[in-house]
Amino acid sequence: MTTALVAGKETGASAEQLAAARRVLMLIAIWGALITVPLWLPLLGGYTALAGRVLVFGLAAMGLNMLLGFTGVLSFGHAAYFGLGAYGAGLTLRYLVHSTPLAMLAGTLLGGLAGTLFGLLIVHRRGVYFAMCTIAFGQLWYYLAYSWNSFTGGFDGLRDFHREAIGFGPLRLDIESGGTTFYFFLLGVFAVGVALMGFLLRSPFGRTLLAIRENERRARFLGIPVEQHIWLSFSISCFFTALAGTLYALLNNFADPLALHYSLSGYFLVMTVIGGMRTFWGPLLGAAVFVVLQDYISSMTVNWMSFIGVIFMAVVLFFPRGLLGARRRGAA
Amino acid sequence: MAQVILFNVTNGLIIGAFYVLMALGLSLILNLSNVINFAHGNFLALGGYLAFALSPTLGYWGALLVSPLLTALIGLLVERLMVRRIYNRDPVYSLLLTFGLAFVMQDAARYIWGPNGLPLGLPDILAQPITQNLFFITWYRVFMVTIVIVSVIGLFAFLRYTRVGLRIRAGTFDLETVSTLGINVRNLRTFNFAVGCMLAGLSGVLAAGQIGLNPNMGDELLMPSFIAIIVGGVGSLVGTLFGGLLIGMAAALTTVFYPAASEAVIYAIMMAVLLLRPRGLVGEEGMMS
Repeated sequence: MTTALVAGKETGASAEQLAAARRVLMLIAIWGALITVPLWLPLLGGYTALAGRVLVFGLAAMGLNMLLGFTGVLSFGHAAYFGLGAYGAGLTLRYLVHSTPLAMLAGTLLGGLAGTLFGLLIVHRRGVYFAMCTIAFGQLWYYLAYSWNSFTGGFDGLRDFHREAIGFGPLRLDIESGGTTFYFFLLGVFAVGVALMGFLLRSPFGRTLLAIRENERRARFLGIPVEQHIWLSFSISCFFTALAGTLYALLNNFADPLALHYSLSGYFLVMTVIGGMRTFWGPLLGAAVFVVLQDYISSMTVNWMSFIGVIFMAVVLFFPRGLLGARRRGAA
Repeated sequence: MAQVILFNVTNGLIIGAFYVLMALGLSLILNLSNVINFAHGNFLALGGYLAFALSPTLGYWGALLVSPLLTALIGLLVERLMVRRIYNRDPVYSLLLTFGLAFVMQDAARYIWGPNGLPLGLPDILAQPITQNLFFITWYRVFMVTIVIVSVIGLFAFLRYTRVGLRIRAGTFDLETVSTLGINVRNLRTFNFAVGCMLAGLSGVLAAGQIGLNPNMGDELLMPSFIAIIVGGVGSLVGTLFGGLLIGMAAALTTVFYPAASEAVIYAIMMAVLLLRPRGLVGEEGMMS
């Protein structure tokens, strides 16, 4: 009896060690691949800006997944916070100061605070009703950017700004030209964002979010203030997505109303689902798949909408667990 | 000035009528199946295009009758083949599915009928203004509003006085109990989805006569319909009715004084309702959560 228990403990421990080893290997693989992008991507016929787009959309989708995959709450309006981040950064660079860090700060705050305030209004909604409120509120910003021509550039988008080189005393980070330096700048911001997200999700706060996702009623009976946690999760997730939005503006030196449109919210969601919405790294993988597919399809055919639509439906009907989700199921 | 206001009130009534018809269909599907149908605007366009394709053979009146029914049939097939598979899953799947469907339907319409606008011919009587004085009130506008009123009354009568309507209303509150009582919930949901699509198809035929056809004609109506549902109160069809009329009128009256804000005022109403009366104007407590 005792030996059996001990044996059980031992196999449990070794399984845990195995899982830890697998996690370390995976982290090495992911970061190794991301750091060496400028070396191998041109060999496959890609270009560095494509990798930059994967990082930006990956960060946005990971931010969204904090809410969707780790809290169990569906937002179909995250493009609003992404776009607000982009416009916040762009407007700051154009009208206020020529400073990349300040523009990023302004954009992140604009998107994040808009999400925080709106979150207060809808935190009591659940399921599709929550989603419907987020869609409608998100479109408000689309119409605003679309119709406020003199300030935002209207339908043509906000132009006439560009990312500025960043100086730390004698050090100077020359990101103006794009290319490899800018890619590593994006990767650096991405790394900080993802590390923070990972830290939050592993903290007691993150575990509480999981508890709410698994069984909201039980979490409530345990005395967890559920609404407050969902609100915080929504707000933090908006901040991350807004940060990604500021990077989007820097990447293109451009912000357009389509960055606010609910179609983009749909893209973020499908990226998350393709990669696996219950996994931490899934959205990044999904973003890579989606960005490359979209790039390829839109260069091949004018009927790209049909292809994207079919991808959406096929993922939902035949592949709901996503790439990493399916792998985990197979391992278990 | 009086004429300007009257003109915009008429416009508001007509826009509101479209919001109502569209939002009622969305609301029916949302209440019973818990699915937001992103493709609803595309079913509207489909109804319009079908009328365009049918009217040379059936004439306008025949097309007006047949194309909503055909739209319903296509909706029925879509529900049977795809939508019903995701009823018991996370809501993210139903949204992504109908969102993808909207893309495919829009692209298909563009592929079949071309990206440019097409007119839908009207019978001569409908195209004339009622009087010279009020040139903007054509018989067609009166006709549209009448059809919308008749269909709304018909829908409510159907839900109240028929057995199937009763089941749909009961299912909105507690689908599980309805199922336990021996009612085939699967068929009920299919039928309900088709009715929702029929309303969209009907709005499509009516809208095509006023603004013509184009592949994304339904898109502009989709967001106001969501807002009509939120404002009226999720779970209440009466609420959707009032919500649609309210935002249609509000948008049109804002156009008189400050045209640029006509879109913004809809969102302002939504925010005010979410802030002051979260369950919506007519919604039941607890229906939205």
